[in-house]
Amino acid sequence: MEIKDSYELPLSKERVWAALNDEQFLKKSIPWCEKLERCSETELAAEVKLKIGPMSTRFTGNITLSDIDPPNGYTLTGSGKGGIAGAASGSAKVKLIEDKDTLSTTLSYEVSAQVKGKIAQLGSRLIQSTAKKLSKNFFGSFVKQLEDMDKS
Amino acid sequence: MNEVTKIDGIGSSVRRTEDKKFLTGKGRYTDDINRPGQVQAYFLRSDVAHAEIKSIDTKAAQSAPGVVGVFTGSDIAADKVGGPICGWVVPCRDGSSTKEPPHPLLAQGKVRFVGDAVAVVVAETMEQAKSAAELIDVDYNELTPVVDFVNADKGAQIHEEVPNNCYFDWELGDESATNKAIKSAAKVVKLSVRNNRLVPNAMEPRSALAEYDSLDESYTLHTTSQNPHLTRLVLAAFMFAIPESKLRVIAPDVGGGFGSKIYVYIEEAVCVWASKKIGRPVKWTADRTQAFLTDCHGRDHANDVQLALDDNNKIIGLRVDTVCNLGAYLSAFSVVVPTILHGTLLSGQYDIPAIYTNVKGMATNTVNVDAYRGAGRPEATYLLERTMETAAREVGMDPAEFRRINFIPKDAFPYQTQVALQYDIGDYEPHLDKAMEMIDYSNFEKRRAEAAKRGMYRGIGMSSYIEACGLAPSAVVGALGGRVGQWESASVRVNPTGTISVFTGSHSHGQGHATTFAQIVADKLGIPIENVEVIHGDTDKTPFGMGSYGSRSLASGGSAISKAVDKIINKSKKIAAHLLEASEDDIDFKDGKFVVGGTDKEKAFGEIALAAYVPHNYPLETLEPGLEENAFYDPTNFVFPSGTHIAEVEIDPATGVVEVVDWAACDDFGNLVNPMIVEGQVHGGIAQGIGQALLEDAHYDENGQLLTASYMDYCMPRADDLPSFKVGYTNTPCTHNDLGVKGCGEAGAIASPPALINAVIDALSPLGVTDMSMPATPQKVWKAIQESQSVAAE
Repeated sequence: MEIKDSYELPLSKERVWAALNDEQFLKKSIPWCEKLERCSETELAAEVKLKIGPMSTRFTGNITLSDIDPPNGYTLTGSGKGGIAGAASGSAKVKLIEDKDTLSTTLSYEVSAQVKGKIAQLGSRLIQSTAKKLSKNFFGSFVKQLEDMDKS
Repeated sequence: MNEVTKIDGIGSSVRRTEDKKFLTGKGRYTDDINRPGQVQAYFLRSDVAHAEIKSIDTKAAQSAPGVVGVFTGSDIAADKVGGPICGWVVPCRDGSSTKEPPHPLLAQGKVRFVGDAVAVVVAETMEQAKSAAELIDVDYNELTPVVDFVNADKGAQIHEEVPNNCYFDWELGDESATNKAIKSAAKVVKLSVRNNRLVPNAMEPRSALAEYDSLDESYTLHTTSQNPHLTRLVLAAFMFAIPESKLRVIAPDVGGGFGSKIYVYIEEAVCVWASKKIGRPVKWTADRTQAFLTDCHGRDHANDVQLALDDNNKIIGLRVDTVCNLGAYLSAFSVVVPTILHGTLLSGQYDIPAIYTNVKGMATNTVNVDAYRGAGRPEATYLLERTMETAAREVGMDPAEFRRINFIPKDAFPYQTQVALQYDIGDYEPHLDKAMEMIDYSNFEKRRAEAAKRGMYRGIGMSSYIEACGLAPSAVVGALGGRVGQWESASVRVNPTGTISVFTGSHSHGQGHATTFAQIVADKLGIPIENVEVIHGDTDKTPFGMGSYGSRSLASGGSAISKAVDKIINKSKKIAAHLLEASEDDIDFKDGKFVVGGTDKEKAFGEIALAAYVPHNYPLETLEPGLEENAFYDPTNFVFPSGTHIAEVEIDPATGVVEVVDWAACDDFGNLVNPMIVEGQVHGGIAQGIGQALLEDAHYDENGQLLTASYMDYCMPRADDLPSFKVGYTNTPCTHNDLGVKGCGEAGAIASPPALINAVIDALSPLGVTDMSMPATPQKVWKAIQESQSVAAE
């Protein structure tokens, strides 16, 4: 499953990049995130609670950062186990492009994800829409937080 | 039609005697049975389609609450327990044989489909077993899954033993004669069809309860099986290397099988093994998700068809190239279904002078594919009857007339087809005529015009099918690669008061054998049906038998019962002759009485029975006491039911919904023992066929995840998807069994999908639509309508 989207932010590339690398900031952008901790320079441990169709489940997993190209972008690769509900894995390529004239930055992302087990068997119809909704929620609230910080 | 001889004999629609318990919810199924000290097994299944197992850590699970044992493939390997076997193999074009990779009871080193069992947890309760299974940590090295079976040869190799993921590459018929016919043809009709993959969905999920008795070192297994003796044979001889006498297999009430409960699955074998290991009875019952993931699926063929016609629209040749999906492991009859049960049916009801077929059976990272109601014959009928319809349209003939001119003529029987089978008898025009009359074919265009006024597209489609039921004879089956006999057994025990206990080797899981078989005995002995009890499904009670599949129970099992009853009558005549002081030759048996011809001297059947068991006045010097006979019946040929089904549909162009508005089924099943039960079988078969044609589709995504693994995504037919069926019969009695019977269990599922899809295409033909794949869902039909309109607009 592939999801692509982009957002234009009235902020400098450096500003957005810093936020993308601040796990506290990230955690606040993910309302369903119960834990996000940095284990090393390139590794994060995460715990999220999700509801997909008839299943509500807690995923625990790891996220690895790669292709780190400050301040232009990186790739997040992760996999999580949801116990009896199955498992999910995927990656997100995040790119930042600055427009010097308007002093804005376009954040674009490409997510590819796979699901396994009961989530695939019972919730397959709902996954694409759920994943889309979650991606939108995350990047939406990420942008909103940045903007709010900027205003204050 | 049959003459009704008496109220409950052959030809009478006796109410099913077994229904009282089923209709009142009192059936006794495997999961209803509990044993003292019983524990529950739960299987941890792979959630990836194709992977190497790097490690399995069961430590946490071992010490979880209630757990009595956690086992993996290495435990099975250590005990040298074998896996399920393939019951039928075929030769390949290159001279090699079918590739048979091992199928371990629990994964060893590799998993090959989502649902492959990796470990089993045995605990006091099912909840504890499930919770503990969550604590097992399996580390996989994921491999690229192979899902698209048509291109499976280019995918990652699934089994070391199966190069190019091709289990077999089989052929039948005369290739050069067929190609020559195609080359010289006035017209060649080409069609590619897909036979969609189906989940069997028996109402009762699979279940097993195994118990080990350490005192006499024997096992008892209750299981959901269509053939308990074969289950016992495979478990005892091929898996556990124990004497068969040390394993009793009981298949009590079984809630539907449709083929999916023929085979020995790994779960019942693991339960048997674990029951000794743990020393307590072990029960496992699949939940619905496990049933979707692990019951053998059905169909899943891709067929390329070329039909050659001469100037007079007579068929001169047929070539079919098939690729089929057999899944991750070779299931027991997975090989025979797309080959012997498919390729040999390609002549259909038609006189075709040259036929050739090639079938490639592919391995994929999906669950095993095996027999499902019809097993090979629906696939053959679908491709042939879709091609007949297409050919008729292309040459501008009425589909009925096109079929008619190509039918095997009535006087050509026995008819030797070009694909091995010899049809003993048949007469095809009468069922075509009768079905057309039943549905009022000649006035169809009026109905189409009337529907058009309402804005609906109405269509009519037919299918004239043949099936080969009651696989036989054993010698031929053996020559074709079968590893089992194809006879059936019966033991008829007359009790001292003249009541009868019939022990049959076939198995009933919904078919109504207790009634049908009792009718045969009651009819032949002239006694009330209440005096006949039919016993099946227990290897300690019944003689060794082959079980029920392939519409064989009446033709093979019923015939065995008939033969055993004949032996009873013969012996009874000897006893009667003694009692009546007459010559055996002068004794006539009629209406339950033994009469000295031309006199009023007679003995009732009950009196003979009593004399046999209380032999005070009995010819003991020449005749053994008692009255009990066995028969093992090996048929001399298949039986060949045939018929014509005609479907009429209406399509709403706004929604694409196909409504089946009328259905005529006219079948030739030979003699009918219980017309009501036969009609029920026809209804059920058509319902399943309508399910395949309009609703059902098992779908794996590119990662090998089964996306249609619940009733939210896998659409089964419901009552409101079905019309009231018009059912009729013609009768050419089978020439080679005493009862003159054929088989009716699968006919509906075989005949109906092409009839329905032909009707859908007919409805859309004014728009220029010429093809439609199964299932013809509203979305697909709506899209076809939209596309045709956009083409028309251009």
